Order: sequence, then C-alpha cells, then structure tokens
Amino acid sequence: MIFTGLCGLLAAPGTIHPVIGFTAVLCIALGAGGAAVLNQWWEADIDAQMKRTAQRPLPAGRMHRDDARDFGMFLSGTSIVVMGLAVGWLAAAILAFSIFYYSVIYTIWLKPRTPQNIVIGGGAGAFPPMIGWVAVTGDVTLMPVLLFAIIFFWTPPHFWALALFVETDYAKAGIPMMPVVHGDGPTRTQIIIYTLVLLPIAVAPWFVGGTGAIYGVSALVLSLGFFGLAIPVSRRRSDQVTDKMKAEKRLFAYSVFYLFALFAALVADRLLASFGVFA
Amino acid sequence: MTPEEEAEFIRRRKSRNIVLGLVLGFFAVLFYAITFVKMGA
Repeated sequence: MIFTGLCGLLAAPGTIHPVIGFTAVLCIALGAGGAAVLNQWWEADIDAQMKRTAQRPLPAGRMHRDDARDFGMFLSGTSIVVMGLAVGWLAAAILAFSIFYYSVIYTIWLKPRTPQNIVIGGGAGAFPPMIGWVAVTGDVTLMPVLLFAIIFFWTPPHFWALALFVETDYAKAGIPMMPVVHGDGPTRTQIIIYTLVLLPIAVAPWFVGGTGAIYGVSALVLSLGFFGLAIPVSRRRSDQVTDKMKAEKRLFAYSVFYLFALFAALVADRLLASFGVFA
Repeated sequence: MTPEEEAEFIRRRKSRNIVLGLVLGFFAVLFYAITFVKMGA
C-alpha cells in the first residue's frame, strides 16, 4: 500500500514539495496501520480460532483489546488530521473513507456475510495510489480512478491463487471465503475472468492519454502474462493436481511481481516523460 | 514479582520509552519542517 501510494504520488502530473510528499505517504502508512489495528480489534475472537492468526497480539493476550481499539482510533484520526492540515483535505477525505471502508464496510459488515468479501476488501487496498495522486493534483480525475480499478480487479485473482494452495481454517472461524463456499472450480473460473477483465483496465491509462507508451506496452505485456498463467490454473481441479500446485504458486508469485512492475512502469513512464525521453 | 522479573520489566519499559521518545522527536521535526514549507508556499 505504501509502494502504490508512493507510485500514485510520483506518477501524478504536477509537483509536490518533498516534505509534503513524504508526509502524504506517511499518513497513508499510518492510516493503513490504524485500519489494520481496528480490523484485529474487531476480529480478535475469529483470529484466535485460526492457526495463521492465533499468535497475533490480541488473541495471544499480549495486548488488551480496549488498548488496541484506542490505538487504532488514534492512528486513524491522526493520519486524517495531519493529511488534511499538511497535504490537503480531499486527500484526507479519501483516506478517511478508505479507513471507514476497510474497518466498517469490509471488516464488520460484509466480510462475515458474503463469499465476495475478497472483491470488496480489494477496494480498501486500492485507495492508496488514488490518495497519492490526489495529494499532488488536489482533484479526482479519470486517472486515479483507473489506478483504483487496477488494484480492485487485481486483488481477487491474487488472493484466490494463494487460497488454492494454502490450507486455511476460515471455515472453522465461520468466514465465507470463496473456495470454502463455492468450491475449487468456481474459484478457478473467477480467477480467469478477473485476469481477463483486468487486461483492458490496466492498459486504459495509456488509451485515455494519461501515460505514454512505456507504461502502455508494459501493462499490455504484463497483463497478457497474468492472463496466460491463469489459463492452466482455470483448466484444472485441485483433486486432480499431482504437481504440488505448481501453476497456482506460479500465478500467485507472478501476481505480486505484476503489481510491482506495473506501478514501477507507471512511475518510469512519468519520470522519463518529464526528462523529455519518450514524451 | 521476583528481582529477575522486575529487572526484565524495567528493561522493557526503558526500551519502550526510548522508542516513544524517538517517535515524538521525529514528529516534532516533521511538523517543524511542514510549518516552514507551508509558510514558504
């Protein structure tokens, strides 16, 4: 989130004083931390039932639950106020909404109710580049919305690829994750659909003139690679797999590289254009 | 509380206080810098 927030800030047209830019990224990090603390405060009883999360400070008893709630509220509130005073109130408003979205809409309301929870949760992770962009420009245009959409549609195939090969105990904790509720086949189908939908969205910043060819060609090649790796994953079933989920692991690893490379290309495109190269 | 436990408690409290002091110092410097940037804008 810090990386994509920084990339949004660096790729935006215009300039920002380094101290203000640093403050904007710091506020994104503090806000994300605050939202994560509030998430763990609310889900402490669920975390206690799952092996992966049972050793977190709250379920393990290293921190009092009320202290965590107060710390989360303090981090969230501080990040919003500092963002507003130092950077701008529109960036602060989006940061505030992203914290509310993750803590309340996702964690409290929809995560325990729908197997589409990963899709909804992806929205929370998609705000940082938009906040970084708005910190520089001061307004919401098509480009930050597209950056939001890229991470939004990237999250489901990224997470579900992981969910296919990692043994989780979400079912025990009563969380309706897609592979648990709908099973292996529909999850694999959803993965290929999302990678296909992601392709035109990832290239869209180039088509609308928001970036140059460096980003456009990179996005096209990277997205075709993502889609290509999703094909074998979508064509098989876990009970028939004999290669220790090699294709699923490869897709997950590529998804991490994909997002990093895509946003790095976005920044490289902007920086080279500002130096008059490939303008 | 045994002497060993008390020593461990004091050691952990001291390291927490050092970290907290560094964080407060960092924010004091940051707000100082932000103020100057804003005044110059």
